[in-house]
Amino acid sequence: MELFQRTATELQKMLACSQVTSEQIVQAFINRIEAEDSQMRAYLTITAKEALGAAQASDLRRKQGQPLSKWDGVPIAVKDNMSTKNVRTTCGSKMLEEYIPPYDATVIGRIKNAGMPILGKTNMDEFAMGSSTENSAFAKTHNPVNLQKVPGGSSGGSAAAVAGFEAPWSLGSDTGGSIRQPASFCGVVGLKPTYGLVSRYGLVAYASSLDQIGPIGHRVQDVAALLQLIAGHDYKDSTSVTVSVPDYQASLVADVSGLRIGIAKEFFSEGLNNQVKSAVMRAVQNLSQAGAEVVDVSLPLTDYAIETYYLIATAEASANLARYDGVRYGLRVAGDDSVAMFKHTRAEGFGTEVKRRIMLGTYALSAGYYDAYYKKAQQVRTLIRREFEQAFTQVDVIITPTTPTTAFGFGEKKDPLEMYLSDIYTVTPNLAGVPGLSMPCGVDSNNLPIGVQMIATHFSEPVLLRTAFALEQIQRKGEFNE
Amino acid sequence: MINKNEVKRVANLARLRLSEEETTQYQQDLNQILQAADKLKLVDTEGIEPTAHAIPLRNVLRLDMTSESLGIDQVLKNGPEITKGYFRVPRIMEE
Repeated sequence: MELFQRTATELQKMLACSQVTSEQIVQAFINRIEAEDSQMRAYLTITAKEALGAAQASDLRRKQGQPLSKWDGVPIAVKDNMSTKNVRTTCGSKMLEEYIPPYDATVIGRIKNAGMPILGKTNMDEFAMGSSTENSAFAKTHNPVNLQKVPGGSSGGSAAAVAGFEAPWSLGSDTGGSIRQPASFCGVVGLKPTYGLVSRYGLVAYASSLDQIGPIGHRVQDVAALLQLIAGHDYKDSTSVTVSVPDYQASLVADVSGLRIGIAKEFFSEGLNNQVKSAVMRAVQNLSQAGAEVVDVSLPLTDYAIETYYLIATAEASANLARYDGVRYGLRVAGDDSVAMFKHTRAEGFGTEVKRRIMLGTYALSAGYYDAYYKKAQQVRTLIRREFEQAFTQVDVIITPTTPTTAFGFGEKKDPLEMYLSDIYTVTPNLAGVPGLSMPCGVDSNNLPIGVQMIATHFSEPVLLRTAFALEQIQRKGEFNE
Repeated sequence: MINKNEVKRVANLARLRLSEEETTQYQQDLNQILQAADKLKLVDTEGIEPTAHAIPLRNVLRLDMTSESLGIDQVLKNGPEITKGYFRVPRIMEE
């Protein structure tokens, strides 16, 4: 087995018993990226030199018996909307093509403090707005499972980098499914943590009340470990919560006896592909045979989630993206006066989808429409949140498909509404602020990965990880028996 | 239905210069999306508090302490036009 095919946890163990050096690991990934990425385009910026330097420093620390953490020397890839000091951070936009942050995002500081070399910055839909990574201003990322298909989005580069063995694990961000949907399309594990568990400081804002950074990896234990590294309060993000972070490794117990699994019929209605449906139901059956109790729950407001999400997300985006005015950083296009300069800069710097969402959000917030659209959506959000809270008095985890279909082809979703519908099962956890995890649960007749989504109540990541770990163990046993 | 003038009004609020083609396109898109959003009218939200944040947080305070901040050169480094330690912008007042 090649080094680049190893999971992050395997690499950590190999480093710990001196079977390999961090430099050898990083070199293996750089070689892999050089060989594959011209086709796959998972990365926007490859930081080979910095990563090798960090690896050498890590090897020296290990030699002296002073590693910074257990994960010292294990490399990672990072979505290009997280600020990296002195490394270009484009957010997939022409607006920030030349932007070099003078500081690190809190999550970047944390992985650096753990001694992890950063391999590069991954491709994404511009400003994280999209579900296929086709909206990147720079490149189209191809799904490593089938290069004719999209990797999903907006963290398409981060999911593809892991699935295509160009990084052992990665960080993505998720506003309405942007970690879980690409994880599902590429056949890897992705987790959107509870809102407030991970600091957003230094994350380029899209919709601040919904955005959350989270881990992507090959296996559930990798995702648990990476979450451990990034979770916790940060005074620089006033929406980060002061809760004590549990030991997530301790939840990796393959025991679901007594666990109550909720199935909501609203997540299995029309529009859901039959092969996806049966793979997800098989996963539920596996867990039920292992001792979990399956309970019907009702989440009727799921039918209104997409509309609620797109009104709230675009309203917040229109306010957040007002900062791109060509004054302090980013692109500037000249104009006769300041207002003309703003308008020209924004016309040229933003792509079609970003402008569409700014327009929609500005409209929803404008005088005369605020109550009918924005406030109404916020009220429905309250009801969606309550509906989840009610469901979680009956069950520990709700299981749904991650996406209605497997990965689609390039240019297949021409209509914006049609593209928005690919987030139909993933937006509700963001609206309710609860955590959601996607993991592989089979393939369709074209060998494309199918993802199952698990949702739990606020700060119940341990329940999600335990359920996912148990399912993964069952799946692996099946694999080995075949 | 949103008409073209309304699209132009919103574009001006958002400080976006749109081409004629874009104006037509966004008029069509906005109408389609807002028509779908009208579905929310079916939900009874009488007397329901709006949710701005899913986690209830109020008055987040921190200690009033000074700490190191970025140097002026770092702050100005990404500016498109810099003069004498300032960001330079087009004239905003008449002479």
